[in-house]
Amino acid sequence: MICYSLYYYFIKLNSLYFHIGETEKKCFIEEIPDETMVIGTYRTQLWDKQAGSFLPSTPGLGMHVEIKDPDAKVILSRQYGSDGRFTFTSHTPGEHQICLHSNSTKMALFAGGKLRVHLDIQVGEHTNNYPEIAAKDKLTELQLRARQLLDQVEQIQKEQNYQRYREERFRMTSESTNQRVLWWSIAQTIILIITGIWQMRHLKSFFEAKKLV
Amino acid sequence: MLAWFLLLCAPLMFGWIRASELTFELPDNAKQCFYEDITIGTKCTLEFQVVTGGHYDVDCRLEDPDGTVLYKEMKKQYDSFTFTASRNGTFKFCFSNEFSTFTHKTVYFDFQVGDDPPLFPSENRVTALTQMESACVSIHEALKSVIDYQTHFRLREAQGRSRAEDLNTRVAFWSIGEACILLVVSISQVVLLRSFFSDKKTTTTRVGS
Repeated sequence: MICYSLYYYFIKLNSLYFHIGETEKKCFIEEIPDETMVIGTYRTQLWDKQAGSFLPSTPGLGMHVEIKDPDAKVILSRQYGSDGRFTFTSHTPGEHQICLHSNSTKMALFAGGKLRVHLDIQVGEHTNNYPEIAAKDKLTELQLRARQLLDQVEQIQKEQNYQRYREERFRMTSESTNQRVLWWSIAQTIILIITGIWQMRHLKSFFEAKKLV
Repeated sequence: MLAWFLLLCAPLMFGWIRASELTFELPDNAKQCFYEDITIGTKCTLEFQVVTGGHYDVDCRLEDPDGTVLYKEMKKQYDSFTFTASRNGTFKFCFSNEFSTFTHKTVYFDFQVGDDPPLFPSENRVTALTQMESACVSIHEALKSVIDYQTHFRLREAQGRSRAEDLNTRVAFWSIGEACILLVVSISQVVLLRSFFSDKKTTTTRVGS
């Protein structure tokens, strides 16, 4: 019974999937506030030409997961097996990039040219496993519901804080554009006037020297 | 024993019904498809929004396991589509940027299949919810929609922000470029005029006579 439910657990990770080529790198963007936990789970299936279908699992095939923070600094770069789970917590708010590519070098494996990747990325309060929390902290149903609501509200608060930070950045960018437009217009007008004056003076002295004027 | 069983079954229950939301980059002339196995009678919602790129539009197409097109929209910026799975099988939805020649698009989508998993898998739904519990459920639903609106607001704001940052860098480069062009053109004008009058001294006398 235990084996059956364990097997069922692995099979039931039938979430959204997509196809990826051998050397193809697929990147996903997660824009998150700081101190937010992200859990990604993936499962790969290889196309079996003989069977004409996808194999249930592919031992020996690994996926390389690379995660970059908003400053383009790599915070996680690891190789996982054909089924894997990666976790990270953001320390700066912003766009984090999660990239996956297979580590396969054997062309024969990808004869069909397709690898099916099941991917699931859960962010923030979705990472909480409520039945597990209930069992661990021995909460009643009402307490668990209250806990869930608290987590949701905390996520909303974090997101709003992040929004305030983004709005400040937007405002700074707009003000910088405003300044730049102003100063560069003035500078260009001055350059135009100065070059005009210089041209006329230079040509006048040139023609006078050539005794044409 | 029961707690252990619960712990074991929890991932099973948790993995049963999914809401997948992803943001990915769609290069020009590319098409990206996603698939999901859905059981009959499940209510599903597909929502997508284009975050950055060009005119912020993308083609979207949703097909059922038979290949029947359930939803097809060209050059849409944002949309939400709810349907009930009419049969078991793999549903496929694709985003296409094939009409665009050089703009990459960043697309966000949220595909919700079924309802949320119950908090207590072993809970027997025979007894009705108490007032407190139903109040909690309605607060939970309201907060979920708040989070959903926040997400869409964040995406719209990201659109505006990326445009503003683009504009900022473009203004800087073009201003410097224009200043350089101004200087180069004015100096070359003077040099060219000088060259007209310096070399052609002998030719002008020949034309004159």
